[in-house]
Amino acid sequence: MGLLSKKDSKLIMDPLADNNPITIQVLGICSALAITAQLKPSIVMAISVMFVMGVGNIVISLMRNIIPSKIRIIVQLIVVATLVIIVDQVLKAFAYELSKELSVFIGLIITNCIIMGRFEAFALGNGVWRSFLDGIGNAAGYGVILIIVGFFRELLGSGTLFGFPVLGSPVDKTGLYAIGYENNGFMVLPPMALIVVGIIIWVQRSRNKDLIEEN
Amino acid sequence: MEHLELFFKSVFVDNMVFAYFLGMCSYLAVSKKVSTAVGLGAAVIFVLTVTVPLNWLLDQYILQEGALAWLGPEYADYDLSFLSFILFIATIATMVQLVEIVVEKFSPSLYNSLGIFLPLIAVNCAILGGSLFMQSRDIASFDLALNYGFSSGIGWFLAILAIAAIREKIRYSNVPAPLRGLGITFIITGLMAIGFMSFGGMLTGGGEETTSLEGSGNNVGMQVESNNESTETVEVSTLISE
Repeated sequence: MGLLSKKDSKLIMDPLADNNPITIQVLGICSALAITAQLKPSIVMAISVMFVMGVGNIVISLMRNIIPSKIRIIVQLIVVATLVIIVDQVLKAFAYELSKELSVFIGLIITNCIIMGRFEAFALGNGVWRSFLDGIGNAAGYGVILIIVGFFRELLGSGTLFGFPVLGSPVDKTGLYAIGYENNGFMVLPPMALIVVGIIIWVQRSRNKDLIEEN
Repeated sequence: MEHLELFFKSVFVDNMVFAYFLGMCSYLAVSKKVSTAVGLGAAVIFVLTVTVPLNWLLDQYILQEGALAWLGPEYADYDLSFLSFILFIATIATMVQLVEIVVEKFSPSLYNSLGIFLPLIAVNCAILGGSLFMQSRDIASFDLALNYGFSSGIGWFLAILAIAAIREKIRYSNVPAPLRGLGITFIITGLMAIGFMSFGGMLTGGGEETTSLEGSGNNVGMQVESNNESTETVEVSTLISE
C-alpha cells in the first residue's frame, strides 16, 4: 500500500467490515435484496454500483463548493441519474439478457441510499482523492454482502454457481443428490434474502460485540 | 373490475416492500415508532399518487418510441426512452420540493407532521420504483396509472405500519443481543414477506386457495411451516419473475 497513506486505506477497509453500508449503516438495502437470487446479477450489480459511486463521488467532490445547498439533492440526483443511464446503456449493449433480468433495479441505483448517503456525508466535505476512495470502499462493502447473499442463495436454492451445477445434477441424481440431498427452492424466493441478511448481521454482531444495538 | 384487480394486486401481491424490497432504507430507519411510521407512510402514498400519473404522461407523450408524433410526422421516429431515469427522477425531486413548499405555506400543522419526511422521500426507492414499474408493465391508461400509484402507496403504508407496531412490541421481548435492532427487524420482515406471498394465489383464479389463505398475514408463524407445498411456491415464484 505504498500509494495509500494509513488514513486513506482506512477509508477503503472500514466499510468492508466494521462500518459496512448494509449491515451497519443500513443503506442501500433495496437492491441488495431483490437481485441476489443468483451470483451473476449480484456481481454485475456490485460492479455497477462501484462505478457509479466512484465516479459520482469524484464529480460531487469537484462541485462541492459551487452547489447551492438548497438544491443539492436535485443536483446529486441528476449526477447519479446520468451515471446510471451510462451503466444501463452499456449493459443493454453488452449483456442484454442480464439487463433484462435486473430490469428496474439498475434504474433504482439512482435512489440507492448508499450513494446519496455518501454524497451527503462525505463527498460534499472532502477532497477528490479521498472521496473517490470512500466511494470505492463503500461500494466494495456493499458488493461483498451482495456476493455473500447471492452465493448462498444460488448454492442452496438451485445447487449452482454462476449457472454451473456444482452439487451434481438433481435430474440424474448424481453428486450430493445421490444421497438424498434436495434443493431448497425456498432460497430463491424474495423473503429468504431478508433472512439471509439477518443471519449475516447476527454472525457479524456476535463476533464484534461493539456493534450490538441497545434496543 | 380492472381497477379493483389492479388495486388488490398492487397492495397485496406486488407489495412494494415484501415482493420487491423497495423503500427498504426508510422502511427500516423510520419504523421505530408507529406515529412516525404513519407520517412517512402517508407522505409516500401522497407522493406516489402524484408522481406515477405524472411520469405516465411523460412516458406516453415524450419518452416512448414514437411518442413525439404529436409534434409532427417528422418526430415520429424518435425513441427517448433512455432518458427516462433522469426525467423521472427530476419530476420526483421537483414534485417533492414543490409539495414541501406548498404544504409549508398553506398547512403548517400538516407540514410539521409530514414535512420532515418529504426530503427523505425524494430518495425513497419505492417512489422511483413505482414509476419504473409503471413504465415496464405498460400500464394502459391515465386512471390506471393513478390507481397504481395510489395502491402501491397503500401497500407500502401497510407494510411500514405493521413493522412499526411489531417493533414497538418487540422492545419488551428477550431478543438475543446480536440480533437486537436491525437483525431481528430483517428476519421479521422476511417472515412477513412469506406471509404476504400467500396472497399470490388471490388473483390467479385459484378458487379454494383464496379462501384458505385469507388472514394469513396474522399467523405468519404457521405459514412458515406450511410452505412446503411446492405448488404454492412455484406459483408465487412465477408471479414474481414476471
